[in-house]
Amino acid sequence: MQIHLSTSDGVPIYLQIVNQVKYLVASGKLQAGEELPPIRTLAERLLINPNTVARAYRELELAGVVTKRRTAGTYVSAAGSPLARRERLKILADRVDALLAEARQMNVDTETLVDLVRQRDEALDATTRSPVTRKER
Amino acid sequence: MIAPYDEFNDDVIDIRNVTRRFGTKRALDEVTLAVPRGVVFGLVGANGAGKTTLIRHVLGLLKAQAGTVRVFGRDPVLDPVGVLSRLGYLAEENDLPGWMRVDELIRYTRAFYPGWDDRYAEKLLESFGLAPAAKVKNLSKGQRARAGLVVALAYRPELLVLDEPSSGLDPIVRRDILGAIVRTIADEGRTVLFSSHLLDEVERVSDCVAMLDRGRVVFAGELDQIKQSHHRLTVRFDGGRPSPPDLNGVLRWEPHGGDWMATAQGPLDEFQFAVAAVGGEVVERRSLSLDEIFLAQVGTAYVEQQES
Repeated sequence: MQIHLSTSDGVPIYLQIVNQVKYLVASGKLQAGEELPPIRTLAERLLINPNTVARAYRELELAGVVTKRRTAGTYVSAAGSPLARRERLKILADRVDALLAEARQMNVDTETLVDLVRQRDEALDATTRSPVTRKER
Repeated sequence: MIAPYDEFNDDVIDIRNVTRRFGTKRALDEVTLAVPRGVVFGLVGANGAGKTTLIRHVLGLLKAQAGTVRVFGRDPVLDPVGVLSRLGYLAEENDLPGWMRVDELIRYTRAFYPGWDDRYAEKLLESFGLAPAAKVKNLSKGQRARAGLVVALAYRPELLVLDEPSSGLDPIVRRDILGAIVRTIADEGRTVLFSSHLLDEVERVSDCVAMLDRGRVVFAGELDQIKQSHHRLTVRFDGGRPSPPDLNGVLRWEPHGGDWMATAQGPLDEFQFAVAAVGGEVVERRSLSLDEIFLAQVGTAYVEQQES
């Protein structure tokens, strides 16, 4: 499980873990039934307070992304997949919000922005033809 | 400002209204601080803010000129054995005896501590790659810091005190030190007090943080709460505004395109309400890193001082 932390952008560390695990589940890099590293192991690897990892796992459990099996660790929920699409869209929604905010500041209206998205999509299609992108579409 | 911990009665360190002068300089000014059991407590502040002076009071090396210091409920000046036997300490420039070999240092130190754990000490030596026969004075700065860490940890102290432990060390040694902090707390729920000017380190491992500036506590509390109570907000006014409004809780205003960017402290909804009252709207909010909070807080302090 690859987690990258940054302390420069202000997002609380537990939230960075929550978001990245959600992202890993949503993108299929973490599969249902897969075990998350024990709290202590992850804390030592990331060099963060174990309480922070515990908090992230608690939040993930509340969100239904993982389930805790008594004394046997934390696992990605079987119910991961329906949530996955919702999470994927949520991740994108955040990015879209940021984009919209920026566009408004530059006085670019939404129509123009949507056109731009289509344009960039076509340009991207022309350059990248990886099988994954194809399949996803 | 976040209130000091009144709700914790299980404080390992309890500092109340401590003032310390060196000549005319106030190194500590009415400092009140409590470190609850089982937390990692980060002490931050610029050089000369009073971090080391505060730690020296905890260790009983300095006597409070005013106020009280209690560690494990005891006065470290009156009962140094009762305090120091339960406390592990590592300083930026540790004063290990250079003429000793690493194994001699271990044997020498363990004599003072009944709770010394030989196997743990050996494990630490091995994981740090410290040769028992090496002379302390011939060790590199990083290896010397590691040796200091071994003798601070090997009796499994209830309280680990680190004064700028990673200052001037390379990233690999810093990782070892951070790792030791993480393992100490994970192992047995022990308490760690550490000072650092490397705020990203503090943000990674601390449960609680106190910020000192010129001898005064700017704020102290749980890191999560501190982060939640500081915001960077983009505020938009209909038709723009040549100067920002005077609002409570704003530490700093900066022009931001046609909008104003506020670094603010306090509940977000109150701020939104106050902004609306002067005809503005908060269009974006983001969290601040500890580094940014520090800059905003200390920056204001300078302005206050210049004005007074």
